[in-house]
Amino acid sequence: MVPRSPLGSVRRAASIGASKAALAALRRTGRGGGTAAPGLLALQIDPEVVSRIAERLSDGAVVVAGTNGKTTTSRMIADIIEASGRTVIHNRSGSNLARGVAATFIEHASLSGEPDAQMAVIESDEAALPEILRLVKPRLVVLNNLFRDQLDRYGELNTVGTRWKAAFGRLPPTTCLLVDVDDPTLATITAGLDAPRTTFGLRIPEHTLDELPHAADAAICRKCGADLTYRELYLGHLGDWLCTSCGYQRPALDVTGSAVRLDGMASLTMSVEGNGQAIRDVTVHVPGIYNAYNVTAAVAAAFALRIDPATIRSALENFRSPFGRAERVRWQGREISIALVKNPVGFNEVLRTITGGGSELAAPTLIVINDEFADGRDVSWLWDVDFEMLAAGTLPIATAGMRGADMANRLKYAGVEESRLMPLDGPIDQALTTFLQRTSDSKDVSILPTYTAMLAVREILGNAGAVERFWEE
Amino acid sequence: MSVARTLRIGWLYPTKMNIYGDRGNVIVLSQRAAWRGIEPHVIELDIDDAIPSDIDVFFFGGGQDQEQIAVSRDLAGKKGEILQSAIENGAAALTVCGGYQLFGKVYRPHDAEPLPGIGIFDAETEAGGERFIGNVVAESQWGELIGFENHSGLTWLGSGAEPMGRIVHGRGNNGTDGTEGAKYRNAVGCYLHGSILPKNPTLADWLIARGLEYRGQDPELVPLADDLEQRAHRQAVGRARSERRDEPNRSMFSRIAAYAPIPRS
Repeated sequence: MVPRSPLGSVRRAASIGASKAALAALRRTGRGGGTAAPGLLALQIDPEVVSRIAERLSDGAVVVAGTNGKTTTSRMIADIIEASGRTVIHNRSGSNLARGVAATFIEHASLSGEPDAQMAVIESDEAALPEILRLVKPRLVVLNNLFRDQLDRYGELNTVGTRWKAAFGRLPPTTCLLVDVDDPTLATITAGLDAPRTTFGLRIPEHTLDELPHAADAAICRKCGADLTYRELYLGHLGDWLCTSCGYQRPALDVTGSAVRLDGMASLTMSVEGNGQAIRDVTVHVPGIYNAYNVTAAVAAAFALRIDPATIRSALENFRSPFGRAERVRWQGREISIALVKNPVGFNEVLRTITGGGSELAAPTLIVINDEFADGRDVSWLWDVDFEMLAAGTLPIATAGMRGADMANRLKYAGVEESRLMPLDGPIDQALTTFLQRTSDSKDVSILPTYTAMLAVREILGNAGAVERFWEE
Repeated sequence: MSVARTLRIGWLYPTKMNIYGDRGNVIVLSQRAAWRGIEPHVIELDIDDAIPSDIDVFFFGGGQDQEQIAVSRDLAGKKGEILQSAIENGAAALTVCGGYQLFGKVYRPHDAEPLPGIGIFDAETEAGGERFIGNVVAESQWGELIGFENHSGLTWLGSGAEPMGRIVHGRGNNGTDGTEGAKYRNAVGCYLHGSILPKNPTLADWLIARGLEYRGQDPELVPLADDLEQRAHRQAVGRARSERRDEPNRSMFSRIAAYAPIPRS
């Protein structure tokens, strides 16, 4: 418990007041979501401000973490909880570091620290997870996966895993972990904790990959060091894994996603069952196997929160992708699909989807690569993506962004004919205009941006009235 | 034209030591050979695999600590000696990060046993307290090299190794003496990811030529149109130059700006 001393409440009010003022000022100056600076200010005045608000949530908090899919999954969970008639605080604009989480709580609290909702669904950055768990003290932690992502920020994958394991060891038995055990690293670091664990994963033999993709991590047994093998491999290093040397294997699944049918960039249909409940053949408007994992995670969380299947189904059927993750925009008579790319596994899955399972590109494509802090400043990861999938076919591929030239060069070495390449210099709005002009004979186009490039693309389309600005969502 | 040439590329520990996209180097060596009618063969050399005697050019990338320990163990003894004599006889090699450290004499962690290397480079590495992360520009015999460093190990060269290059931007071997990487005969080691070869084709071609020469093949390489490679090189150098020296510990405000939408123009 946080002591409620008079000094404490003065600090809390000062912290909340100051950052509320900062938030308002940033909004007025048109600097967008502006969640980081006010949050940082609040944490400096009162480091425990998040705990003081979170402990007053009547129905507790859910924290979602993982390299891929945390934004989509947490938004699905928030939508399902809202559909069940409860109010939810949710850090929607990708502000998933401690300061962004602080700003979100403060925006939804009175000066005395009373939250304006019953629950919170908080998406957490990988590096920030230990701190966010300590501050938020959630009742449920959803762990999606751990892939290599922005190694320049986090050092190495094992470093993140080691820090997570230590943080999970400090969780009380009142916090339940919901873990994708198709990921061998996650299965290992969440075994034998005080906090109870519910496992989930997929059983989709019809979507098994033949070999481990180049981007796969952690193909080594965390118990004995031998190479892992897979009875079935679905995505990156996720699947039904087994160490033939020591017998260590994927734990039994409490909640299972199955019967996945994909409909290109438009949607997927699947079933999820476990813990005595089942949702069959639900259609969700998100593409790809990676989203089958997100749907399974969200349904497993909803089962854990004892929300009834009919409510879950209708919330999922009405679900719309978070900004830039995988959305379709109509603009100037064109159908633009935007899919965020941020690491090799995610990028491979997007390529798998836009090439219809690896045959050939279905629409002209613009890839926008930035190398700001939030994108990952090292673009080496582009060499772990299997762009060789794009070598077949004839449609043009344009490249742009701060490191667009690296992207064009990568495609050349992947065997994409140079006559199909369209390397575009200059600012993204110019590149986007040129791309759309030069591909005017195609109604459908795809844009694959990294994080800050996606914000820029959405800003351009937002100013043109094609999409809503994200902090207004 | 003379007899058909082949380039045999030995990729050391492709699954265990491939964390930063360094396989781009293998792709570049293969493609630049193939585009010139030289048939590339990539031979993957994992733990317990014997090293064949007919490798022209080796590539050895970086890995995580756990993997690096397993690899160090595998290289101890016979396997390390075979590599050593291949390099001594003129085989070409590119080693990056963890691979570079293991081509040196030893790696000394903070709180564990020293990890022996195979001593091709007269170089020692010790664990440092800070992680060097950022773009690197270095001057070298292959011209200006551009790459991305991400390491906390500090490498010190002895008198038997020359540096691969001199730091123009970034931290390099140890952040102190202005050197980056090491070179011994036709083996080059460095901390540069990116991958390094796609944006530095001169170095890629040098490795191919030295490899061909090693097994008595004609090292002459016809020039390729490297427009996209040069473009990527220039853009990356431009990004490096736009960075302040204290990156990545940028001010709070520039980091916030990275998350905020760009202002309307």
